Amino acid sequence: MATATVVAAGTKARTEQGSGIRPSGWIGFLFIAPNLLGVLAFTLIPLISVVVLAFTDWNLVSGLGGITFNGIDNFVAIARDPGFWHAIGLTLVYVVVSVPLTVVLGLALGIALNRPLPGRAVLRAIFFLPYIVNVVAIGMTWLMLMNPKAGLVNQVLDAFGIQPGWFASSHWALPALIVMAVWGGVGYCSLIYLSALQDAPRQLYEAADIDGASAWSKFRVITWPSLLPTTIFLLVTLIIGASQGFGLIALITAGGPGDATTTISYYMYQTGFQFYRFGYASAIGLVTFVGVLVLTLVTWRAQRGRALNDQ
Amino acid sequence: MTSKYSKWIWGVPLWILAIAFLAPFAWMISTALKADVDAYKIPMQWIPDPFQWDNFSTVLSGATSVLPAFGRSVFVALLRVAGELITATMAGYAFARMSFKGRDKLFQLYLATAIIPAQLLLVPRFIYFQKLGLYDTLWALILPGMFTVLGTFLMRQFFVSQPAEFAEAARMDGANEWRVFTRIYLPLATPVMSALGILAFVWSWNDYETPLVLISNPDRYTLPLSLTNFVDEQGQIAPGLTMAASVISIVPVLIVFVVLQRRFIAAMTHTGIK
Repeated sequence: MATATVVAAGTKARTEQGSGIRPSGWIGFLFIAPNLLGVLAFTLIPLISVVVLAFTDWNLVSGLGGITFNGIDNFVAIARDPGFWHAIGLTLVYVVVSVPLTVVLGLALGIALNRPLPGRAVLRAIFFLPYIVNVVAIGMTWLMLMNPKAGLVNQVLDAFGIQPGWFASSHWALPALIVMAVWGGVGYCSLIYLSALQDAPRQLYEAADIDGASAWSKFRVITWPSLLPTTIFLLVTLIIGASQGFGLIALITAGGPGDATTTISYYMYQTGFQFYRFGYASAIGLVTFVGVLVLTLVTWRAQRGRALNDQ
Repeated sequence: MTSKYSKWIWGVPLWILAIAFLAPFAWMISTALKADVDAYKIPMQWIPDPFQWDNFSTVLSGATSVLPAFGRSVFVALLRVAGELITATMAGYAFARMSFKGRDKLFQLYLATAIIPAQLLLVPRFIYFQKLGLYDTLWALILPGMFTVLGTFLMRQFFVSQPAEFAEAARMDGANEWRVFTRIYLPLATPVMSALGILAFVWSWNDYETPLVLISNPDRYTLPLSLTNFVDEQGQIAPGLTMAASVISIVPVLIVFVVLQRRFIAAMTHTGIK
């Protein structure tokens, strides 16, 4: 969510300059001071600290005095850490499966919800509901729903002759998390798409109708291109969200069984807050963040490139 | 004539899908009203028999009560919402409608930090709060939530779209900057402020990761953390109590959602994009 706002704000900052606002001297600064001091204390200083910490060897036991700079040792260690690469691999699988699935299903649902439907407002609210409920209530519910022996999910799947072990199985634990992520995110995506669809260029559809265009070609030529900015926005926010969250995993699987759900965010949480290796955890966090940033920029570029080719 | 038909051709499958979507919530409520022995019955028993209302009295009273945690969550959410609204509105207004030295540089700094995920900052926050004696207190949850970059953006975006002429006219009449802000621009901002307030409330209410890291004493658990009280050392969940407490944890957000649905969805969907 933040990213798109940033982009929008960035473009506006340029156009708005010189709009004849009177200089207000230090008074303007006073307006900003409360927020700025807080942001400084709780965001900027921690941010600088995390960068500094990434170049230190420090754990809780050694105390503040035990902090020693070790140059790029942490990053060298990360490169050789099988646990890190395992976590990166899992995270990639998780992101590459759950994010496109959520976006595609969200788009289909958004298009469906854009039609006249009986009880449309209620339908929208229902699909949105998982998005506003806390992760513990949702996690506990799904954990029991996916109980391998007697859970409701396997009772239903029994009709198809499959009985996944879900969170008890190292093969099924990650798919279980993906099911939950898709269930939780589809309604949010559909509502974002819905508001974009309502801004879609109506005249173009009318023109296409006159030309006798098929529903598919209307989607391909008009709807999909007009939804592209929304799709990029959703991809970026979902990629960031999926790669940073550790709450659900800490709650349900603690990274297990074994290390089957130790994604990179959980790996960092474990390193920092269970083993209290603050320096190494900071380095992992930093590397991951830069990685996600690159991944989202690539997504952004790829989509933008395709949009230009289409025109 | 076809449109009346097609309404149901799409409507029926969508409603079936919606009911499947709701199944986890239905299961939650059903289990909250059941004896634990009935929770995993095969086939699943949707209507509890007998109804076990005791689950709710257990999680609402005595040593197992989640009400203290509920109170702490309310306290944290109220202070965070109030703090964020005040500081973000003032800062957003100044970034949009006032000019002073270094404003644009400062704003660029804000832009740059906006994409930093909160998870990355947990390690230093953990260390600082320990040094400051704020670790394991509710202030560790409240303070960072009162001063947000994102809230400032949302407010700035709104104030930028407001005409400057209002201020010019008021200044002619001798109003000072604070008066111009509170009497002219602030009343216009109530819809955006309520959107930001809703967002801030939901984030605060549902936050699990921050208290997981910064709160360790069960006597200071906020509501999401307290839901884990009904899991024993071996990881065995007490289904009825956990689900009853979960239902209680959802109610406040649900009330805000139902009462302010339009504004709620607009806050969740529009603010990011526009």
